[in-house]
Amino acid sequence: MKLFGALMGLTGVMFLASLFVGYAAIPIPEGLAALFGQGNPLFVTVMQEIRLPRTLLAAMIGLSLGLAGAAMQGFLRNPLAEPGLIGVSGSAALGAVVALQTGLAAAFMLALPITALVAAALGVGLILLLAGPRGSSLTLILAGIAVSAFAAALTSLALNLSPNPYAASEIMFWMMGSVANRAMDHVWLALPIMALGWLILAGLGRGLDALTLGEDAAEALGISITRLRLQLLVGTAAAVGAATAVAGAVGFVGLVVPHILRRFAQGRPSTLLWASALGGAAMVMAADLATRLILPDRDLKLGVVMALIGAPLFLHLIYKTRREVA
Amino acid sequence: MTLLTVQNLTVKRGECPVVDHASFTISAGECVGLIGPNGAGKTSLLRGVLGLLPHEGHSSLAAMAPRQRAAQAAWLPQKREIAWPMTVERVVALGRLPYLARGARLTPADQSAVDAALTRMGLAGYRDRLATALSGGEQARVLIARTLAQDTPLLLADEPIAGLDPAAQIATLQVFESLAQEGRAVLTSLHDLSLAARYCTRLVMMSAGRIVADGPPEDILTAQRLEEVFHLRAEIIPTAHGPLVQPHGVTL
Repeated sequence: MKLFGALMGLTGVMFLASLFVGYAAIPIPEGLAALFGQGNPLFVTVMQEIRLPRTLLAAMIGLSLGLAGAAMQGFLRNPLAEPGLIGVSGSAALGAVVALQTGLAAAFMLALPITALVAAALGVGLILLLAGPRGSSLTLILAGIAVSAFAAALTSLALNLSPNPYAASEIMFWMMGSVANRAMDHVWLALPIMALGWLILAGLGRGLDALTLGEDAAEALGISITRLRLQLLVGTAAAVGAATAVAGAVGFVGLVVPHILRRFAQGRPSTLLWASALGGAAMVMAADLATRLILPDRDLKLGVVMALIGAPLFLHLIYKTRREVA
Repeated sequence: MTLLTVQNLTVKRGECPVVDHASFTISAGECVGLIGPNGAGKTSLLRGVLGLLPHEGHSSLAAMAPRQRAAQAAWLPQKREIAWPMTVERVVALGRLPYLARGARLTPADQSAVDAALTRMGLAGYRDRLATALSGGEQARVLIARTLAQDTPLLLADEPIAGLDPAAQIATLQVFESLAQEGRAVLTSLHDLSLAARYCTRLVMMSAGRIVADGPPEDILTAQRLEEVFHLRAEIIPTAHGPLVQPHGVTL
């Protein structure tokens, strides 16, 4: 409960900071009023159409990645697992690149995320087909690697055959991941799909707890592993697919956040699920805030900052684990 | 009262039957030792009985709904896994999972089952230690306590005493013996024939997927069977604590 309070507090603080810190200096009382459509029309535009969608998207994406990461690690019983492992983010990125490359993305605002979502769904369908309904965790991982590699190859091919350098750089920048310049329409597109994913993943706690004892013992405790895996795949595809579709690839959240919080969740996979969801939301909002504060004049990408924070943090964790094991 | 009925159970690996038409029943009060050489099909039989492997024939446990089965029989797999750094108490409490509603906390009744299981396995002092930081043998005892916390009429265990020190081996089998005396039943595979003879009320001997003998330990453990099934030359010495099997050579 203490953990829940602390994480809620942290997420709340990050949410407010993300709303009230930015390029345009808006005093907090006026910003609050503007959020509800009152006062200076310029402030209203900034708060409602720029800061709010950006903050909401950062929180939603962090929540999705943190939750899916904890679920994936719990299911595979491996602290190195992350949601991208099953190829959802790779396929979604490929869909987005195809949309950018063909010019479809310019047709209407949501064309890019919708194409990315369709590609993510196709990717997961392919993995289900490859891994089979009763396959082992190993076949699941291998299928994920195969799909990711194929999606990455096609993405490179698109870059390779790019008609002009502008298209190529547009693709490159999109792939770095960002929640800047997104509108509420992006929120409304992603939210229902993500929420569905969150609901499915949140239901995994009991099965993941049982899996601590291995697949055989879990099954004897009344857990259906086949169903658990299907839930994991569909839930991750919905949450992470939608996240990648609106924001591009944001790495490390699903890997690092469960890792940091595991000790505080006392190792319990079911506790770690929601702890990681909150922690992920706070972390992505913090990283997005950093993109605005470090170089406000340059469009620093969220994925870049996330990796810059995430990789050293991960190294530190490895260093600590090494000392504990030795 | 019959707790488990198995009829003509066959488990195949590919085309090859690893369990071949096994039939037996287990009643309340029995502690049944499953013995046989490596590869005789003991683990496959136990997993088939639980419905964890595709099988032909009938097992009363495999026919149950998963949740119902979890309340009828606890299962201790041979592979000992504790994936995450959880405290001993939390690991043992996983045995209460089948009785908990989604997201519910342990009730006082659940907690007392956990406490009883910890005490029974001599782990009361380990409650708050991290299970993953314990030695292999201690972890094995934690996992046995987990199955005890499940508080089921039937316990199926696959080589529960492998890797335990002699005192822990005897203590574990004494717990199984007392479970049987309480009116529950235990089916456990074992490799130590003398301990099996001393603590089991009945032995089931397997060879190449078939049950070749089933009865009281004194009748099952004969020099001839040990030679045919186990390829062992052994002397069976009757003692005050039951037959002592003293192997002195192999007949391979």
